[in-house]
Amino acid sequence: MTKSTTAEISLFEPRILRAAAIQAFAKLDPRGLVRNPVIFVTALVSVLATILAAREVATVGPNGFIAVQIALWLWFTVLFANFAEAVAEGRGKARADAFRATKASALAKVLVEPARRDVWQGKSLDDVVVDDIILVEAGDTIPTDGEVIDGVASVDESAITGESAPVIRESGGDRSSVTGGTRLVSDWLVVRVTARQGETFLDRMISLVEGAKRQKTPNEIALDILLAGLTLVFLFVVVTLPVFASWSSTEIPVIYLAALFITLIPTTIGGLLSAIGIAGMDRLVKANVIAKSGRAVEAAGDIDVLLLDKTGTITFGNRMADAFEPVPGVSERDLAEAAFLASLADDTPEGKSIVDLGVRKFGLSQQARVGMTFVPFTAQTRMSGVDFADGSSIRKGASDTMLRLVGGAMDMALDAIVRKIAMSGGTPLVVARDGRILGVVHLKDIVKPGIRERFAELRRMGIRTVMITGDNPLTAAAIAAEAGVDDFLAEATPEKKLELIRKEQAEGRLVAMCGDGSNDAPALAQADVGVAMNSGTPAAKEAGNLIDLDSDPTKLIEIVLVGKQLLISRGALTTFSIANDVAKYFAILPALFVTAYPGLGVLDVMGLGTSQSAILSAIIFNALVIVALIPIALKGVRYVPSSASALLSRNLAIYGIGGLIAPFIGIKLIDIIVDLLRLA
Amino acid sequence: MTSDLIQAALYVGLLVAAAIPLGLYMARVFTGDMTFLAPVERAILAPAGVRAGEGQHWTRYALSLIAFNAAGFLVLFLILRFQHLLPLNPQGFDGVPAHLAFNTAISFVTNTNWQSYGGETTLSHLSQMAGLTTQNFVSAASGMAVAVAVARGLSGRQVRTIGNFWSDMVRAVLYVLLPISIVLAVVLIAQGTPQTLAASATATTVEGAQQTLALGPVASQVAIKQLGTNGGGFFNVNSAHPFENPTAISNLLSVLAILVIPVAFCFTYGRMVGDRRQGVALFAAMGIMFVTAFAAVYAAERLGNPLHAAFADPAAGNMEGKEVRFGVVNSALWAVVTTAASNGSVNAMHDSLTPLGGLVAMLNMQLGEIIYGGVGVGLTGMLLFVILTVFLAGLMVGRTPEYLGKKIEAREVKLAALTLMVMPIGVLSFAALAIVAGAAQSSVQDAGPHGLSELLYAYSSATGNNGSAFAGFNANVAWHNTFLGAAMMLGRFGYIIPILAIAGSLAAKKTAPPSAGTFPTHGPVFVVLLVVTVLIVGALTFLPVLALGPIAEHVSMIAGRTF
Repeated sequence: MTKSTTAEISLFEPRILRAAAIQAFAKLDPRGLVRNPVIFVTALVSVLATILAAREVATVGPNGFIAVQIALWLWFTVLFANFAEAVAEGRGKARADAFRATKASALAKVLVEPARRDVWQGKSLDDVVVDDIILVEAGDTIPTDGEVIDGVASVDESAITGESAPVIRESGGDRSSVTGGTRLVSDWLVVRVTARQGETFLDRMISLVEGAKRQKTPNEIALDILLAGLTLVFLFVVVTLPVFASWSSTEIPVIYLAALFITLIPTTIGGLLSAIGIAGMDRLVKANVIAKSGRAVEAAGDIDVLLLDKTGTITFGNRMADAFEPVPGVSERDLAEAAFLASLADDTPEGKSIVDLGVRKFGLSQQARVGMTFVPFTAQTRMSGVDFADGSSIRKGASDTMLRLVGGAMDMALDAIVRKIAMSGGTPLVVARDGRILGVVHLKDIVKPGIRERFAELRRMGIRTVMITGDNPLTAAAIAAEAGVDDFLAEATPEKKLELIRKEQAEGRLVAMCGDGSNDAPALAQADVGVAMNSGTPAAKEAGNLIDLDSDPTKLIEIVLVGKQLLISRGALTTFSIANDVAKYFAILPALFVTAYPGLGVLDVMGLGTSQSAILSAIIFNALVIVALIPIALKGVRYVPSSASALLSRNLAIYGIGGLIAPFIGIKLIDIIVDLLRLA
Repeated sequence: MTSDLIQAALYVGLLVAAAIPLGLYMARVFTGDMTFLAPVERAILAPAGVRAGEGQHWTRYALSLIAFNAAGFLVLFLILRFQHLLPLNPQGFDGVPAHLAFNTAISFVTNTNWQSYGGETTLSHLSQMAGLTTQNFVSAASGMAVAVAVARGLSGRQVRTIGNFWSDMVRAVLYVLLPISIVLAVVLIAQGTPQTLAASATATTVEGAQQTLALGPVASQVAIKQLGTNGGGFFNVNSAHPFENPTAISNLLSVLAILVIPVAFCFTYGRMVGDRRQGVALFAAMGIMFVTAFAAVYAAERLGNPLHAAFADPAAGNMEGKEVRFGVVNSALWAVVTTAASNGSVNAMHDSLTPLGGLVAMLNMQLGEIIYGGVGVGLTGMLLFVILTVFLAGLMVGRTPEYLGKKIEAREVKLAALTLMVMPIGVLSFAALAIVAGAAQSSVQDAGPHGLSELLYAYSSATGNNGSAFAGFNANVAWHNTFLGAAMMLGRFGYIIPILAIAGSLAAKKTAPPSAGTFPTHGPVFVVLLVVTVLIVGALTFLPVLALGPIAEHVSMIAGRTF
């Protein structure tokens, strides 16, 4: 199967960069800028600096050249921040456009009478309302999200999931929801519209990656407040500074104060904040997950407990034959052959796996034998098998059923085998030929390779995994041990699941789970992060706050990582931004005060060319660092799952200490160039 | 040098040895485990209609505190204004002028004890005892109440209340401040500190001249001024006065008394939030800054002023403004202790510290008085920085930041960020305003950068609720009395109200159990990060102006330039 939408978009995709460069200017619109307090303030100061520079030039003042340069670089700071946002948006849009292209422009066939499929009325998509009943026929694109109320059809969902194989959609059951933008390959469906226009999955997905409409997430709001607070602090610092300087008869040109102010306020993180947010959502979309809100993605990073369905997540969906265990007096090969023959015509995955094992272990021939009549499994007989033309027969089934069949009491040897298999979490399948028990086939839940390591990783991150299974506690315990989960819920029912979530939440933990059935809906709604499978029912999809288009339950783990990476990127770049200020002081303060107190030259540890070049270099560094960090903002800070302490130490070393040192080097280098070019 | 270090080490040892048991005792007092004074407590609270253990929502808690402080302000203001009409005024002092009474009343209610006046030449015994000493007790108790309320808020599990202000305040006085200060006063009296209602004694000096020695109820006020991080002396020169601080023993006890409750609160806090390590981490973070500050001041004073080398023994260090009996080490220690703890009593003249020594003293206050800080409020001031640190660090580990299992969200960050404004407004804006208005120029004694330092020190001291001063600054004029008063109010309630609001908001939240994904707030990484956050915020705010004040003065001094 091919994935078409998850194509990698290069960081330096020229098409996106070009569009972003234009967007950077369009985003100077104050109505948009005001959403980002730090950058808005920067823009205001840029306006002020422009006026000052113009006046300086007009009056042929001594600082004309430098003032013009400072004003220019202040504008660049704003533009670079806009550019960062535009690049992130551009990447998101490129992805969204791929989705949007699939949106139907055709008319929706609205049924006048739900019972009659032959009378419909073409309505434009804008006029379709919730609860309209529409008809979709082979070759049509499904116009909007809905629930199948009649019909069975195969649907090509590759437009949203990238899976090329069509999937079956039918009324009732867990496969009744259809997504706008997907195409009907065969047959017909009658669909009840469930989403208002503008609120379909596609619309949600598009709005997540478009900056202007993006809702800020809770942590982002908190960070915004902190940044605004720091900006205010620096406003007090800078506004009072000329007064204190006047004490020592020093006059500081206002344009220098403007430069100082902008270098001090957290423009780096302020400029990248929205790019980080958009890029985080984009990473999620890339993983084929749609978040109904940014809040859910952040919550995913906070998850303490992960509830995972055993089937499909931890184990391959089906039990598979693992070993033949004959009773004494029967050879393993005889047992294998009997089980093999009984399963040849058995289409169930278990049956197939018995055939596979027989072929693998004893090279049994797959050719169907003549004169065999397959006896399928029924709820009444609770066994299956094969009858031969000669009157002999083979049966396989659960041990109690088989004992009843042969009419004998449980013998010690058989009992031991059955118990052993059950204890290890397997399912014993007893095989009998002509009323005599030959032995047991060990059916086993096969744990997915690599899942154990995944859980160990989660444990290091402080996330507890709980396996949810309908199995009995014994079986559950064995699989739990094999898979390395921390805990399990056996004989799970939707109620028990809900109760477990409530219990964990009452203890202050955040719980994530995934589900697809209607009976999962209450638990999905109760969980802090509920991932609904796209193949699931509309009820489940309504209840969850994330939807996985691939319907892959292991996706939960990826979602957690995306959430964490989003927060880490913000935190790391904030730390970097604030740490940068130290070096900027060492560049600018001596430049401002050295005339009044020549001794303050000792603070000029970088040995910068002149006062003017020092100020110019600081403001240039401040602008360029935004551009330099765009790749990190887009890709996210590298995240290796590990404990909080290890993560903190690592990120502090890189972004904290790095943030202290980097500008000393950067400003010095820029100063050398500024001096070489005689810019100051 | 070696004996200096031994003295300093001895001090730290004694301090910690006293603070740990006191801290644990206070935890028991405020959680209601100590009941031996319960009848007295009831007798005080019952008439006011307060039942012990009746919890208050943070807004009621804060309102009670404000109402109580407002009433205290009014009473003190009236006593000062009309002391000439009231008894116990043997010297026959006149009523205090309005702006000075305003400033002094605010000063004592906010636990600042900034003194624009000379005590022995301005205030009657009644003003000193009933007015100031009362506030010395209850303003300290108010601060302690805030700390325990905050500790309750952080450890509360989805509760609406954070304790009862009246009950906390009364307990702080009855179980902690009163008994210790009585003991301390008695020891001070034994050391030679006067405690009398007489106005003065007349002595004949060796030269045969007649000298009038001002007297009064000194010991009782000195004990509580140290213990409650008040700092307002009976005499103008404070603990440099031989009656306030007669011997080496009284000096040691005083300097211990200043820090013992603030240090003890770290341990009280650890016990109250149910995790000893949290308290130890705060103790360590504050300790790192304290030791560094002491080392810096000591080094600066020991190296002295090169311009004095011609006429003073350089080996003695900078002895200008210091009592010979205390020398460099005890003066430096006191200077750091008193500015770290928002106490403000002095045994040497801070105006005469070397530029860098003065810088450290000033920075201690500008950081927000969180290096142990004022009783109770030092701890809560540090907790505001903890919240900011946790927020940044929490993001860096990829979880919504949490402290003690409580999620730190927009509301808490908003409140904590609000408190970041207090120091810049109180110090930078008010000082700049004074310059613009011309009030600064007429009040400073010295020209050049030192004059700026005098101004900055005054406003840092007021906003930090410290109360110590560079003596060269004449604050007793209407402008400064008013603005310093405003700065003191801002510095007190600008921290207390937001932190109580945070406590209230956190109390209502769920407590998440810790996991490997939770960022630990007790390890060395956190301690270092906390210290760095405090220093960076402080440095970023004040480095420019410090460069123009003490740093400029220092580099000029090195270059041999005077003003």
